[in-house]
Amino acid sequence: MSAAVLSPSPTITIEADPKIGLRGHLRHTGALIRRNLLWIKQDPESMMDAVLMPVIFTLLFVYVFGGSIGQALGGGQAAYVQYVIPGMIAMMSMNIAQAVGTGFNEDFNKGIMDRFRSLPIGRGSVLVAKIAVELIRLLVAVSIQMIVALLVGYQINGHWAGLLASIGLSALFGSAVMWIFLVLGVTMKNAQSVQAMGFLVMMPLQFGSSIFAPTSSMPGWLENFTKYNPMSGLADASRGLMTGGPIAHGLTVTLAWTAGLTLVMAPIAIRKFTRKS
Amino acid sequence: MTRNDKNPESGRPVAVSVRGLVKHFGETRALDGVDLDVHEGTVLGVLGPNGAGKTTLVRCLSTLITPDAGRAVVAGYDVVRQPRQLRRVIGLTGQYASVDEKISGRENLYLIGRLLDLSRKEARSRADALLERFSLTEAANRPARTYSGGMRRRLDLAASMIGRPHVLYLDEPTTGLDPRTRNEVWAEVRAMVRDGVTVLLTTQYMEEAEQLASELTVIDRGKVIASGGIDQLKAKVGGRTLRIRPADPAFLRPLALALEEQRLAGPAAVVRTESGEVLVPIVSDDQLTAVVGAVAARGVTIGSIAVELPSLDEVFLSLTGQKASVAPQSAPEFEEVAV
Repeated sequence: MSAAVLSPSPTITIEADPKIGLRGHLRHTGALIRRNLLWIKQDPESMMDAVLMPVIFTLLFVYVFGGSIGQALGGGQAAYVQYVIPGMIAMMSMNIAQAVGTGFNEDFNKGIMDRFRSLPIGRGSVLVAKIAVELIRLLVAVSIQMIVALLVGYQINGHWAGLLASIGLSALFGSAVMWIFLVLGVTMKNAQSVQAMGFLVMMPLQFGSSIFAPTSSMPGWLENFTKYNPMSGLADASRGLMTGGPIAHGLTVTLAWTAGLTLVMAPIAIRKFTRKS
Repeated sequence: MTRNDKNPESGRPVAVSVRGLVKHFGETRALDGVDLDVHEGTVLGVLGPNGAGKTTLVRCLSTLITPDAGRAVVAGYDVVRQPRQLRRVIGLTGQYASVDEKISGRENLYLIGRLLDLSRKEARSRADALLERFSLTEAANRPARTYSGGMRRRLDLAASMIGRPHVLYLDEPTTGLDPRTRNEVWAEVRAMVRDGVTVLLTTQYMEEAEQLASELTVIDRGKVIASGGIDQLKAKVGGRTLRIRPADPAFLRPLALALEEQRLAGPAAVVRTESGEVLVPIVSDDQLTAVVGAVAARGVTIGSIAVELPSLDEVFLSLTGQKASVAPQSAPEFEEVAV
């Protein structure tokens, strides 16, 4: 036997792993972003939800409910357009979160994650790449949303900075929700369950909020719920930013939820992620 | 391939050294103190039934999971303390550790090249070279999900070869493949070994281990229950079995006695009355030739004759100390033959 190799001889010192430099991280993340973009190229339908959702939702809400809700707002359909478009921007934060969760679920189930983890890269690279691609998708969706919005008569009224801030806030809150979906993505059996579970959680949050309609006409219990519902907070903050209205309460609720979710869910997600075997 | 020496590899340096490796999953001890060595440039076959701990072993050795106790060193790197350096010198192919089905074969190989810190140019040329070598050039630009089972396995192998690994883990590389594709994969593995790669192969198939491995380690319930060269292990298990059915059943018992007298069958030869066969444990080709010669010399007309490899089940039964169905270790009582 080759004792020289085997024996834990004191002369053999174990050198700790060298750190991956910034350039290494960028190279790995870049390669993984390329991979996720290729997914879209191979399967353009995966962009459908990003492209079609804003179009369908906007047309549906503006033309089905716009007139009657607009009246309640003291305007008409035009007033409703100004009301609902910022809400739509808020809603998009959910898409990015959900897509990161389902994407991870697939990577784990198909065994690609094991391949990545057997390579000398930082584990965070896979996550960062996925988030980067979802942010790109978010930007595409927001652009399409704004084009549709302008077509149905939305007025930006010079609130360009507010619009950008609103998109930024949406992305920020979306990345906090992402941790929830990451936990779901790592624990659930398949991408469909992640999606179904996400739907169950997101549906009441989205509709029990001020995204689509003012909450003042809702029953008391629901109105109270909407006050602290982060989706309401985000929609209100967006509305304030994009139309020059009040933002304090909405922004506080959104930031509080963002911080809370991140503090609680991020450690759980990271633990599950590193433990998953 | 000839394997006349008992252990021609034991003189080579050790590429993978595992000592007392333990891994728990809750109450189950998936690995319960595993020791093994893989020598440079050789193939170690790790045999075991489903749930024996083979995959857990490979996952520990490829840093996908952290062992609870024990030590494992691969190509000089400790699996726990130097995982990143270790990942540069290993390749992994298995039921898991797969490729991305949504992107093309070429893009898969390029991606892995980049993740292994090859430059863009290097990654591209390495991908092309491996596509060529694994006969995937034609399908290179198609999404991997359109590949046949054999192509997928070849792409898996190519993916694990990008970093020119020192040690390659093949975790049940041919499970679920048809025999022709299995032969293709075996040929590829042999080619890699010729290039100097050290291979740790897990398998449920005795035949696969015989085809590829020079040494074997048998594990069951997380423990090594036998290890050594193939011939050693086969001798221990009883190896092949020769079944001879005399055309006339009356010759059954005299034939068995004659083989025993000539020390060709030893005390382990059995007579099976119900099927009218003599079963002779075979340890070498010379013995096989001698037995057949002896049968012919006695003038016994042979109704049928067959050489049977021990199935993995039989190997396990034998190694775990339970009575094996084919080659009992104790001297059998001869039963009366119905004439």
